[in-house]
Amino acid sequence: MSAFLTVDDVSRVFGPNLNTGEKIAARLGAQVETRSVRAVSDVSLTVSKGETLGLVGESGCGKSTLGRLMAGILAPTSGTVLIDGAPVMVNGVKATTRVQTVFQDPFASLDPRMKVGDTVSEGPIAHGLTTRAQAKAYVAGWFEKVGLDPGWTDRFPHQFSGGQRQRVAIARALAMQPDMLICDEPVASLDVSIQAQIINLFLELTRDLELTTVFISHDLSVVQHVSDRVAVMYLGRIVEVGPVAQVFNNPAHPYTDALFGSVPKLVLDADELVHFDTITGEVPSPLAPPSGCYFHPRCPLATPVCSSDVPCMQSLPDMRTVACHHFKEQFAKSFGKAG
Amino acid sequence: MSKQSTPLRLFWAEFRENRIAVIALVVVVLLILLALLASVVSPQNPYDLANLSLMDSRRPPGFVGSGGYTHILGTDPQGRDLLSAIFYGLQISIQIGLAAGLVSLTIGTFLGITAAYVGGRIEALIMRLVDLQLSFPAILLALVIVALLGQGKAQLIGALVAAQYAYFARTAYGAAKAERGKDYIEAAVATPLSTRLVVMRHLLPNCTPPLIVVATVQIANSISLEATLSFLGLGLPVTEPSLGMLISNGFPYMMSGRYWISVYPGVALIILIVAINIVGDQIRDQFNPRLRR
Repeated sequence: MSAFLTVDDVSRVFGPNLNTGEKIAARLGAQVETRSVRAVSDVSLTVSKGETLGLVGESGCGKSTLGRLMAGILAPTSGTVLIDGAPVMVNGVKATTRVQTVFQDPFASLDPRMKVGDTVSEGPIAHGLTTRAQAKAYVAGWFEKVGLDPGWTDRFPHQFSGGQRQRVAIARALAMQPDMLICDEPVASLDVSIQAQIINLFLELTRDLELTTVFISHDLSVVQHVSDRVAVMYLGRIVEVGPVAQVFNNPAHPYTDALFGSVPKLVLDADELVHFDTITGEVPSPLAPPSGCYFHPRCPLATPVCSSDVPCMQSLPDMRTVACHHFKEQFAKSFGKAG
Repeated sequence: MSKQSTPLRLFWAEFRENRIAVIALVVVVLLILLALLASVVSPQNPYDLANLSLMDSRRPPGFVGSGGYTHILGTDPQGRDLLSAIFYGLQISIQIGLAAGLVSLTIGTFLGITAAYVGGRIEALIMRLVDLQLSFPAILLALVIVALLGQGKAQLIGALVAAQYAYFARTAYGAAKAERGKDYIEAAVATPLSTRLVVMRHLLPNCTPPLIVVATVQIANSISLEATLSFLGLGLPVTEPSLGMLISNGFPYMMSGRYWISVYPGVALIILIVAINIVGDQIRDQFNPRLRR
């Protein structure tokens, strides 16, 4: 398994954007927020050619930021993102067309004043994948591939439904002939019936075009359905990565366990109300994350070492890596539950 | 469906519903046509001194002068036919208003979008400069500049631009700042497209609605600003009277009963400015999603 996309020790810090006035106010002792947020913190990750990696976590955990770093939209504060050995960004500017992005909200990601055909064709024209003269036929071809009527290229986004717009957004990404697709919650803003269509379209296209995909979602069932491997994030760090079946069935990290435990399930013949184990406490503020393992204030297995040392990523025999001081206990616990 | 619902057609369909705005638009178009065709429709060329006779000066409306035709609106102190002078004055006023409006639109939009897109020091520099300038009254700034540069059309336009670009810069900045954070800009950057393409094809077109609104209002403003400057004697040379100067010419005679010399150019100016403002208001209402049904 060779790594196609390599995320090497990447961090992204968002500093407060202070203007001159606020800087002076802060000097004078006014209440101005000067702390910065470490949205992604020392993340290392690889995605192999042709695989689909699911990226899950609660809102605010940095999964979208990590997606943007991988897609070359944001420059990392430290570390590098390589695609096939070449950096995705050079000097803060995206240097490759091989990775493309599908955004969450198809109502915001299409230029409302541009015909959808032009939206899809402008990237390929700018990068010489097609010519202005052949653009129409080129776009029509991609429209057909994503299940849109090729005659609709002269329409404006407001004439489409959400699902159709997301298809346009997918066509725009694919028309750049990428090797890799970063999908940032591509179905989160769609109706459930449309979600299924779009997900099936994704599965079909990634198979046909042999795409490598990173699928970001907070919807665990969707991730389980589309991914080969899954990475779980908490407060900007990756806590567990591994093949979908292992991670979902017997989590090696207490956070993964708790996250999956909070998914409502249908239980047949339940005599009483099914109880969900919710995670105790609140997600700490990313402005002031806890010491050591970020999860320790809420972790049922926490011991003093958890609050002092950051756990490093450890490989398990089943192709999985986990960042936890007590993964063995957790492991025993999940196997006990499964059995 | 695709034929009938282009944004422009929808816009016109909605515009048509407001009868007053349509009338105002017709008035604006009519006044622009009159201004353009001033030399054809005017009974007299008020710039040609050979045509003027001092014997005809300050005559009331309806007077038949030495030229053998009726001065429908009377004559001014130089013996110019007021109707002709108003047509020619409209021409100059509209010319200067449009030129100043369009030049400040271009400069202001460029500055505002640059500030919003580039950010950082350049943003702070441009926008603080704009703030500084907006804290002075526009007329004061224009007066100082005309006083420094001297008289003439180009100087006058320069002064009006200097007084007005800041409004466009601030509008463009606000719009661009809001649009810049939207996903479709990020999607364009992520393709990747060059900054030039992102700004010209995505950012700028999406910033146009508020700019069109400000442009209509500011064209009316620069016409009235020019009239003010001319009234104060700082506008154009006396040989090419704009509406403001015509008003100024008649001002000394107001109290002696020769009201028409000032009043009729004033009425023309008011009609022009009010009509442009009504059209501008309607456009603004249509671009404001909160007022939409």
